[in-house]
Amino acid sequence: MSIIYLDNAATSFPKPPQVVEAIVHFLTEIGANAGRSGHRLSIEAGRIVYETREALAELFNISDPLRIVFGHNVTEMINLVLTGFLRPGDHVVTSSMEHNSVMRPLRALEREGVEVSVVQCSREGFLDPADLEKALRPNTRLIVLNHASNVTGTILPVKEAGWIARQRGIFLLVDAAQTAGAYPIDAEADGIDFLAFTGHKGLFGPTGTGGLYIGPRVPLEELKPLKRGGTGSRSELEEQPDFLPDKYESGTQNAAGLAGLGAGVRFILERGVEEIRRHEMELTALLLEGLSSIERVKLYGPADLSMRVGIISFNIEGMEPSDVALALDVEFGIMCRPGLHCAPSAHRTIGTFPKGTVRFSVGFFNTKEDVEKAIEAVKKLARK
Amino acid sequence: MEYGVIVFYSTNWALKADKVAKEAGFEVKLIPTPRHISSDCGTALRFRWENREAILALLESKGVRIEGVHKL
Repeated sequence: MSIIYLDNAATSFPKPPQVVEAIVHFLTEIGANAGRSGHRLSIEAGRIVYETREALAELFNISDPLRIVFGHNVTEMINLVLTGFLRPGDHVVTSSMEHNSVMRPLRALEREGVEVSVVQCSREGFLDPADLEKALRPNTRLIVLNHASNVTGTILPVKEAGWIARQRGIFLLVDAAQTAGAYPIDAEADGIDFLAFTGHKGLFGPTGTGGLYIGPRVPLEELKPLKRGGTGSRSELEEQPDFLPDKYESGTQNAAGLAGLGAGVRFILERGVEEIRRHEMELTALLLEGLSSIERVKLYGPADLSMRVGIISFNIEGMEPSDVALALDVEFGIMCRPGLHCAPSAHRTIGTFPKGTVRFSVGFFNTKEDVEKAIEAVKKLARK
Repeated sequence: MEYGVIVFYSTNWALKADKVAKEAGFEVKLIPTPRHISSDCGTALRFRWENREAILALLESKGVRIEGVHKL
């Protein structure tokens, strides 16, 4: 049985061959520690990491590549901003569609005296910018939004939030876990102060890579690092450097992974985000159409394709999501993700808590044949 | 040939400077920062001394912060 991979929202697979080649090249030909030693291999390692910054800067329309900080995943980057930027007495606003990567740090900060407001979204996962604005208080410091829901694929109004944040002189953190590489992002034009992304999903990098763009409005002296340590710079000082990206990049980086991430981003730049999105949405449209015609199947999320990314949540009436997923794997070779997707608040919003849903998520390497087979498989399961 | 080196607070900036200078057609090279200049473990940009003013103006216009300039 051949494998059909429809779990790209968890991690993209397969990766473009260039990504694997770049990692092998790094580990066999370069190997050295980036930005540490000054010999040619160390410089070359640093250059490869720098070129990954440059590719990401081009992808997200960021004028200075050194405003991008690398880490290990989007969760780490979100934690950096939330725990480093919010103080007791500050107020933060987020949506009810957030992942636990946002909710858990916020709930922990709440116990330390940070005020948290969660703006209710519609059952399709939509956030009304007017509701967001109503939730603001005089002590609001930050708005945190995911760009697209990992449960329903619903796109949130990041541009409007950016505009609201600028009007109020507050800041916007965007969790681009599900949109980076799959949906156009213009960090500067959209008014995004913090753009957190992971490398291993739409950007085609390996796991263990992620990053954060920090916009020019952010006062760095008010953003504490998550960790402190060696940076290969200002070694004479026992104090952490105060400049980007070093302030937030202590310890040896996952340079081999970042070499792969750079190749993944260049793969996207060669094709264009629009082309990738066109392909993924064509498959999403087929899936939605096929699944909606099956009796006993309930679909979640917006009907309007322009308001979603390639993520589809559904349930088969009378069946547990985990049983559906197991049958899809064992009987049909289809990989998907059932359950709550680390996003209990989003499932409460769409009315699927605590049961959860079955999630299909398409990627650039999926084909029409893949989704046709998936539709047929669901049809067979629903008939039982 | 007379050379100088520009030292930086971070290798990240040295890499950016190297890139920017090469793109503008200057002959530059990244080298380990000479010990007599700095105790830092970083990387420095070697350049032809005659291009000093032009390179420094270029780096400033590109927002590259430098720590210092030294003649070799």
